[in-house]
Amino acid sequence: MIVYLLRRVGQSILAVVTMAVLVFIGVYAIGNPVDILVSPEASQAEIRATIERLGLDKPLWEQFLTFAGNALRGDLGTSFVYGRPAVEIILQRLPATFELAFVALLISVLIGIPLGVYAGLKPDSLGGRSVMAGSILGFSLPNFWQGMILILIFAVWLGWLPAGGRGPTVELLGIPVSFLTPQGWAYLLLPALNLALFKMALVIRLARANTREVCLQDYIKFARAKGLSPRRIVFVHVMKNIMIPIVTVLGLELGSMIAFAIVTETVFAWPGMGKLLIDSINLLDRPVIVAYLMLTVVIIVTINLAVDILYSILDPRVRLSEVKG
Amino acid sequence: MTPLLQVEDLRTHFFTRDGVARAVDGVSFTLNRGEVLGLVGESGSGKTVTGFSLLGLVDPPGRVVGGRILFDGTDLAGADEARLRKLRGKRIAMIFQDPMMTLNPVLRIDTQMVETVLAHDRVSRAEALARARAALVQVGISAPDERLASYPHQFSGGMRQRVAIAIALLHKPDLIIADEPTTALDVTIQAQILAEIQKLCRETGTALIWITHDLAVVSGLADKLAVMYAGRVVETGETSAVITAPVHPYTRGLIGSVPHGKPHRSMLQQIGGMTPSLLNLPKGCMFRPRCPRGDDECLAEPALREWLPGRFARCVHPHLDPHLDDAKERVS
Repeated sequence: MIVYLLRRVGQSILAVVTMAVLVFIGVYAIGNPVDILVSPEASQAEIRATIERLGLDKPLWEQFLTFAGNALRGDLGTSFVYGRPAVEIILQRLPATFELAFVALLISVLIGIPLGVYAGLKPDSLGGRSVMAGSILGFSLPNFWQGMILILIFAVWLGWLPAGGRGPTVELLGIPVSFLTPQGWAYLLLPALNLALFKMALVIRLARANTREVCLQDYIKFARAKGLSPRRIVFVHVMKNIMIPIVTVLGLELGSMIAFAIVTETVFAWPGMGKLLIDSINLLDRPVIVAYLMLTVVIIVTINLAVDILYSILDPRVRLSEVKG
Repeated sequence: MTPLLQVEDLRTHFFTRDGVARAVDGVSFTLNRGEVLGLVGESGSGKTVTGFSLLGLVDPPGRVVGGRILFDGTDLAGADEARLRKLRGKRIAMIFQDPMMTLNPVLRIDTQMVETVLAHDRVSRAEALARARAALVQVGISAPDERLASYPHQFSGGMRQRVAIAIALLHKPDLIIADEPTTALDVTIQAQILAEIQKLCRETGTALIWITHDLAVVSGLADKLAVMYAGRVVETGETSAVITAPVHPYTRGLIGSVPHGKPHRSMLQQIGGMTPSLLNLPKGCMFRPRCPRGDDECLAEPALREWLPGRFARCVHPHLDPHLDDAKERVS
């Protein structure tokens, strides 16, 4: 297990380094931030001073080494726009995105798995077919449009929930969160639902396909031949088997939910990292973009690592073969 | 004494898009307490479906559409799910063909055994575990405590089948249905498992239905045989009688196909053709197209009839005097 862990951590580090190079080179190719940062009337000397202050006159490799060295110390540069460390700005926005993504994940699992299993157990029933038809909508309707329709229905027509923003937050261990107050939930619910819909459709299809497959297995028939109750068969024998692929996929999806909540955050004016990224791209605020991408990579790599470990807990066959290997 | 199990004209059909597949269409046999019945037939003859029908485990689109399954006096053919569930694992247990597939790969052996005990008996977990342990010892598994804490993939095929047998024995059932439980195993393990089951059934007085395509295996084990062809029982009788003097031409062909004890390089016998499609069965006797004795008289389906004392067969031209028949066929 330890050898396995070390190997996985090594792979993760390699992924982060590779990404650092790609991100830095990629972002360097985008426009010239000086044009936006200095006023059009600025003199040549002022422009040169700005370039020197930002370190843009040095060759690319030197800039990268400086960047990498600073990155190791946790410094991903200072925002051109805000004049504060990029990491600090992003971390400030992080809790909002995390909260949104986790609640969305929770919604998609808590609703998606039961619906998917139901559709898998009764594939020909009206309910099962309706669930599948609904999941196709969840898949194919564009995310931003779903968000707008949600706002239209729940905020404009029904007036039950606010249309956007994060509303009041309370501090939990120094981090502002929404989920502790009913008011916070009112603001959180719509964007989380919007972000969850696509994943929910994915979970439903995954759970259904796996349930159908598992139900055909001999061990399910054997469990029935042992006289077990249907409830025990579904909740223990079927569930435990379908959780393996679902956890794998959801782990990957959680990463993408955190990283790419951008659309939802923009539609609902949710003050998270995604909105920050869009704003920074518009302003060519390189350090923030780079820091955002790097942080995203680290988050996804970490989640993947966690999923692998969780996977080995769920599936005894993985656990054992890795002990041997 | 009333028999433990009396199956009368059992019919299980599968309602598929291509038509009705009559997988089991007229199966009758009786089984007394402690008796061993060999249910023999080729692949697709309906023997496994027969086994599942007894437990009410036929999955849609299949359904038991007719006949009676009298188990200890009650008819299981029309019984509701709750009643069947009380019987399954408790009074009728089943062992499946492929031991690699019958145990749930993500649950530990103790979980899978304890849940079987708790499904029928209100006992403490500790007691259920003790019973599971005793059952493992009974089927000859050493270090049972260690085995209980293992997962199925840590076992060999033979070992898994022993565990499956131990699970079947947990409630000391009146009847065990064994669906080709040794087919997937090595020959040496096969013999071990066979001897084990035989011994356990004799000790506990459990009746056994042994489903197989292998006459050699079943002839040493079963008290009586029921030979199936295309969803029907075509011949039943005491094992020794059926083996030495088969009445139905199909049984003769089946026994002739066993290569045991033939001189080296002699031609192996075979039955020409293949089992008919269940969706498109021949008219009259199902075996007619492959039967050396088939003629126009066979176009009306024969009923199961007692040709010799205790010997039932579904045939118009049965072999009633084997020696005479052999001579006749050699001439022709």
